[in-house]
Amino acid sequence: MIYVYAATIAIVAGAGIYMILAQNIVRIILGVALLAASANLLIFLSGRLGSVTPPIIRQDAEVLGSYAANPLPQALVLTAIVIGFALTAYAVALAVKGYKSLGTMDTSQMHDAEDLGSPFAAKSAPKQG
Amino acid sequence: MTETSYNLLVLAFPVLVPLTLAAITAILWRNIQAQRVVAIAGLGVIVVCSVLLTMAVLRYDILAVEFGSWAVPFGISFVADRFAAALVMITGVLAFCVGIFSLRDMRQIHMRAGFYPLFFGMVAGVNGAFLTGDLFNLYVWFEVMLITSLGLLVIGRTKAQIDGAIKYALLNLVGTVLFLMAIGLLYGAAGTLAFADLARVLPTLEPTPGLVGAAILFLCAFGIKAGVFPLFFWLPASYHTAPFTISAIFAGLLTKVGVYAAFRVFTLLFTVEESGIREIVAVVAALTMVTGVFGAAVQWNIRRILSFHIISQIGYILMGLAIATPLAIAGAVFYIVHHIIVKANLFLLAGAIRQASGTDDLKKSGGLLKSHPWLAVLFLIPALSLAGLPPLSGFWAKFLVVDASFKGDMAWLAAVALFTGLLTLYSMTKIWMEAFWKAPGIERSQTRPVPVLMVAPIAVLGAITLTIGFYAEPFVQFAEKASITLTQPDVYIAAFFGEETQVGEAALERIDQ
Repeated sequence: MIYVYAATIAIVAGAGIYMILAQNIVRIILGVALLAASANLLIFLSGRLGSVTPPIIRQDAEVLGSYAANPLPQALVLTAIVIGFALTAYAVALAVKGYKSLGTMDTSQMHDAEDLGSPFAAKSAPKQG
Repeated sequence: MTETSYNLLVLAFPVLVPLTLAAITAILWRNIQAQRVVAIAGLGVIVVCSVLLTMAVLRYDILAVEFGSWAVPFGISFVADRFAAALVMITGVLAFCVGIFSLRDMRQIHMRAGFYPLFFGMVAGVNGAFLTGDLFNLYVWFEVMLITSLGLLVIGRTKAQIDGAIKYALLNLVGTVLFLMAIGLLYGAAGTLAFADLARVLPTLEPTPGLVGAAILFLCAFGIKAGVFPLFFWLPASYHTAPFTISAIFAGLLTKVGVYAAFRVFTLLFTVEESGIREIVAVVAALTMVTGVFGAAVQWNIRRILSFHIISQIGYILMGLAIATPLAIAGAVFYIVHHIIVKANLFLLAGAIRQASGTDDLKKSGGLLKSHPWLAVLFLIPALSLAGLPPLSGFWAKFLVVDASFKGDMAWLAAVALFTGLLTLYSMTKIWMEAFWKAPGIERSQTRPVPVLMVAPIAVLGAITLTIGFYAEPFVQFAEKASITLTQPDVYIAAFFGEETQVGEAALERIDQ
């Protein structure tokens, strides 16, 4: 079972990396989201699969018994999902704003920042004489 | 107040105070004037907190607290050794200086877009990253820092800023995901995420593919954050687009957080010798120095030149990690402190030059030596310090790492470092010649004054550089002591688990040998 799980994570991560290699921002953002999902699944897998018993301490016990699932990966993944969601939302908003003000979704067409003080900017200036 | 609860407060304040200030300034969203008053007063409080923390660390050597009364190592913990305390101290001082500078540099539109709440949020994130004693908590502070810096970067909503922010955001997002994956792999192998607990457990484990993968992923993730070759491309694409205040604080702090994390992880958890990544780090450091300095040589925008120099300077700091002798680590600690001050000061000076000449394109500026002679003097201090001329702070920083690389049988790295220093001097001379020395392109009938509130922080940071330069001995000694907790994990582990430790003469003697 764990191998199936690991292979699935590998496929998700691979798909994410493939999409990050694209030039279109939307594809890159989707790729990062997929990669983040694979990272979350990886943490989950690192906490060992097996038990499905909720990690709740029984009334008469002091500590969590070995029967329960590992609660820590769940806490970590939950935190990571929330953070990832905020960052993805920001990236999407940035892409929309970028499309409105730069007029393109293609990262190779974006050079407004690089043009400032560029040694090659003289090419676009009108030639003398 | 008992000693423990005092320690708890001293450790938590450098994070709690900026967070509170972010909340207060956010509440005062529409009242810019009130935000300014709160911000300046608050920055003073942050400096006081940093001083208190540094004093406590000087007294106890290393402080550790566990929040929420959890048993060690299950809760979230903050640990401050000399390395962390020095960086928190510098962060406080720098935030104060940059805050003063912002009073004249930042426009109304930036203030209305939420400059102060984001600024304080970023300071909280940076301090949290320096103080945390837990790997996952470090990830959270990285994200706090990232999201606030992304907000600051696009604060003016210009085309160039959005273009820069897209590259900054996407590359850093990938970096944080790699960091998260590394954490996952490490947790799977060791079953814990507290630094000290990991440092205790990891040496007992066999090197598995998972552990090696985690180490490589950490290297890549922190490499993206720190801006090393070949992962630095987001940095020169974005830093020069933000307002000067913001790019100064970015230049000073953000990459250094990545460097700090790399030092923590690769001294405490993995050692560069055993994990076989010393060669990788050494080659990366050399390439980072060289590409950074060559990249700077062709640029004509002041801040773009300085951005490329951040990269080349990160290479010097990584040299310390590659050599990894106590002397080299001490040199790197000294280098980080020197670099934060000098680099932020140069970005502030770029703002002053822009104010005085009306442009930050070197081809168009000129003649400032005649109209603003004192500005020229203030520029020379950090510029020559960056290039490593004696007796300024950069000379001692470079001397320490180069000396360590000769002693650590890495003479080729020292050669690269000295060559890079020469080219750094070339770039600084270029800015000097173009902005100050040469005749201006257009003669101006009247000089444009630079406000006192812009000059004062530059002068303060310059004075710190001079102090470190002329009075280097105590700073070097501090750095040597700071390297103890980095090179001897048992000191860190013992402090974390609440055992009595003595970081003192005995440990220092071991360094000298």
